[in-house]
Amino acid sequence: MTAVAATETRFAQTWSRPPFIKRRGLRWTLYGGALVYLITAISSVEVNWVRVWEGLDRGLRFIKGFLVPDFTSRWGDIVIGMQESLTMTVTSTVVGVAISVPIGIGAARNIAPLPVYAVCRAIVALSRSFQEIIVAILFVVMFGFGPFAGFLTLSFATIGFLAKLLAEDIEDIDESQAEAIRATGAGWWQIVNYGIQPQVMPRLIGLSLYRLDINFRESSVIGIVGAGGIGATLNTAMDRYEYDSAAAILMLIIVIVMAAEYLSGFVRKWVQ
Amino acid sequence: MTDAASTTVWRKRTTSRELAMWAGWLVLVAFFVFCWQVMTQTTIWAFVTDAPQQAADIGSRMVPPRWEYIPHLIKPMWDTLNIATLGTLLAIVMAVPVAFLAARNTSPSVRFVRPLALLIIVSSRSINSLIWALLLVAIIGPGVLAGIVAIALRSIGFVAKLLYEAIEEIDASQVEAVTATGASRSQVVDYAVVPQILPAFAGITVFRWDINIRESTVLGLVGAGGLGLRLQESMNTLAWPQVTVIFLLILVTVLLSEWVSARVRHAII
Amino acid sequence: MLRLNDLTKVYATGDRALSGVTFTVEPGQVVGLIGPSGAGKSTLIRCVNRLIEPTSGQVFLGDIDVTKLSRRGLRQVRRRIGMIFQEYALVERLTVMENVLSGRLGYVGFWRSFFRRFPPEAVEKAYRLLDRVGLSDQVDKRADALSGGQRQRVGIARALEQDPDLLLVDEPTASLDPKTSRQIMRLIVEICDESGLPAIINIHDVALAQQFVRRIIGLQAGVVVFDGNPADLDAEVLTRIYGEEDWSATIRKADDEESGDAGDDVLPKTSDPVSEVIDRERLAGLT
Repeated sequence: MTAVAATETRFAQTWSRPPFIKRRGLRWTLYGGALVYLITAISSVEVNWVRVWEGLDRGLRFIKGFLVPDFTSRWGDIVIGMQESLTMTVTSTVVGVAISVPIGIGAARNIAPLPVYAVCRAIVALSRSFQEIIVAILFVVMFGFGPFAGFLTLSFATIGFLAKLLAEDIEDIDESQAEAIRATGAGWWQIVNYGIQPQVMPRLIGLSLYRLDINFRESSVIGIVGAGGIGATLNTAMDRYEYDSAAAILMLIIVIVMAAEYLSGFVRKWVQ
Repeated sequence: MTDAASTTVWRKRTTSRELAMWAGWLVLVAFFVFCWQVMTQTTIWAFVTDAPQQAADIGSRMVPPRWEYIPHLIKPMWDTLNIATLGTLLAIVMAVPVAFLAARNTSPSVRFVRPLALLIIVSSRSINSLIWALLLVAIIGPGVLAGIVAIALRSIGFVAKLLYEAIEEIDASQVEAVTATGASRSQVVDYAVVPQILPAFAGITVFRWDINIRESTVLGLVGAGGLGLRLQESMNTLAWPQVTVIFLLILVTVLLSEWVSARVRHAII
Repeated sequence: MLRLNDLTKVYATGDRALSGVTFTVEPGQVVGLIGPSGAGKSTLIRCVNRLIEPTSGQVFLGDIDVTKLSRRGLRQVRRRIGMIFQEYALVERLTVMENVLSGRLGYVGFWRSFFRRFPPEAVEKAYRLLDRVGLSDQVDKRADALSGGQRQRVGIARALEQDPDLLLVDEPTASLDPKTSRQIMRLIVEICDESGLPAIINIHDVALAQQFVRRIIGLQAGVVVFDGNPADLDAEVLTRIYGEEDWSATIRKADDEESGDAGDDVLPKTSDPVSEVIDRERLAGLT
């Protein structure tokens, strides 16, 4: 029966996928625009190929440095840099978390009154929209070179990160639990302590550990603008063309980041 | 009976757990104090107490902003945009294969290839783009190219990590169905895996582009082109009114890119 | 057509999913595979096209021993075996047409399939199949925009696009409501009858199996415990397959349906005009 039907009705022999952007004009404008941008952008990149060619030699030396990293000749500097970076990481995370908690609570619309909410959100926005590096530059100018400026920078960055996520967590909590506590006639502090803290605590610990991770990674950078830490050591090594020492420092950074990630993953699992 | 019950005080935790918790807090505080001591060994407190004055001093020198400087920032701004965009594109080209090699369900060998891919990801992620830029400026010379490559190298790990997690989370039954038609491995990837990860992929890309705009504004500090180059110059010449303009421009750029990326992600999902 | 010989599957965990399964499916025969969950039904049909590697035993499709094939040979056999899945297993973000055409992947090269440039006869066949299952106006819709019954129809079209010599059907109705379940089962059985296509249908609903297939194999803990006519499924047999339970309701229900709406729901006899059934199918299935 169907065989008969099939010979009667003719079916199309071609099919093409419906385009992602339906409107033809818009589609071609977007594709054309993207193409034009790409061509202009790539052609505006000025490359000094002679310099690149010469640099390949250095690149090779750098790779060699990675194969035979030199930990010994700058070991003293590396230890001081690492010590600064690690202590900076710990202190800034602790201080940052301590400040983030009240600000995070204040930035949660469901428990904070409007004026407090506005102020706390403003602090969060301020901290988030400034690059760590730029903050570091300002703090170095104000507080002088060294890890103290770095500590302040990382604490400041931690506030924006942690307070925002904490506030979002508090806003997402199960309202019925807080409601139940409120129904018992509890005060504001009791509501926070019994209705909200148990719900956000595991996440807060997880986020703090994650931030510890990030702070270490950042601490290796801000040294470039004078805020202490292993970044400063690395910068010096690069300036002196000591690629084998630089490779050693980079490898240490990678190893510590890996270890920190592994450990924080472990602790987070243990907390939850 | 009733007496005994009324005298028992209910506690949230048992005594030993309570002790352990307090011990934990104590260790944390002690560790913090120790770190603080080590960190501030070299700190010159005179500078720190001096800071409010310094801040006021710089603040007064930073205003009014030198708006006439803006025309000089157009080309660096364009470079910054290109560093972020081309860097992101370059990163994607390299990150996609790495992600497929790292995902358990698409990796050709979980025992040998996967750890290698994961090593690439962790190395790329551990090193900030500014450090990558520092290395690349030394190797291929200062300029936009170093910035693009630095952004790309840093972004590989980020994109590949999120992408391989997305690949591992796909619905296996769709893969099974396409496999059952007799499709080859590459066809299975094209028909069953790619459609499933495409939204995640687009979201990750835009997200990373947003971060890259942020990072590329300062790459110039180490000579890798863009706005940071002008920032470095202005600071070296103590031209604080120009620094203010650059800071504001960076702020606006960051907010704009965040807005764009949020809009695009919203449109995709 | 299909012959399983002493097929055994032991999972890495030590679970014995199949032990010594042996049976033959004749050309044009539709076999219903019933059994409790965990009896090995899914494992069995996946061992046929080696989505799961059998531990020992042979699977013969015609003269070919599927278990001995290389990767390339396996691909060629797989494209001769159409498969229909429980949760439809459509690629949700692709269009209906792409899903149907994916049944053709075993026949075309990578670049052709990458650019969606399938041979004209494959496209024509896909259109015809979509018309056959009543979805000709949904061709460019994305699969996740369809209802459950419609998705399963796409799944059927995809399997048929392969030009299969055998259909493997894994719980085709498990996620569908009773009415749609019957429509889908009827459609599958009809199509098999039209082209003399043999099929193995995993199904947990005994009544549905009795209603639509003429041969039933009962699987219990990886062993075939029943193989015969649906009419022979009595309380004793069901107890052997599923364990002790009051089976009178199940059996009677099946009988009721058989006698109650004989002209409507029973699988189409040869005298029944197929096109009429299809029209009814379309009216009922598309909303």
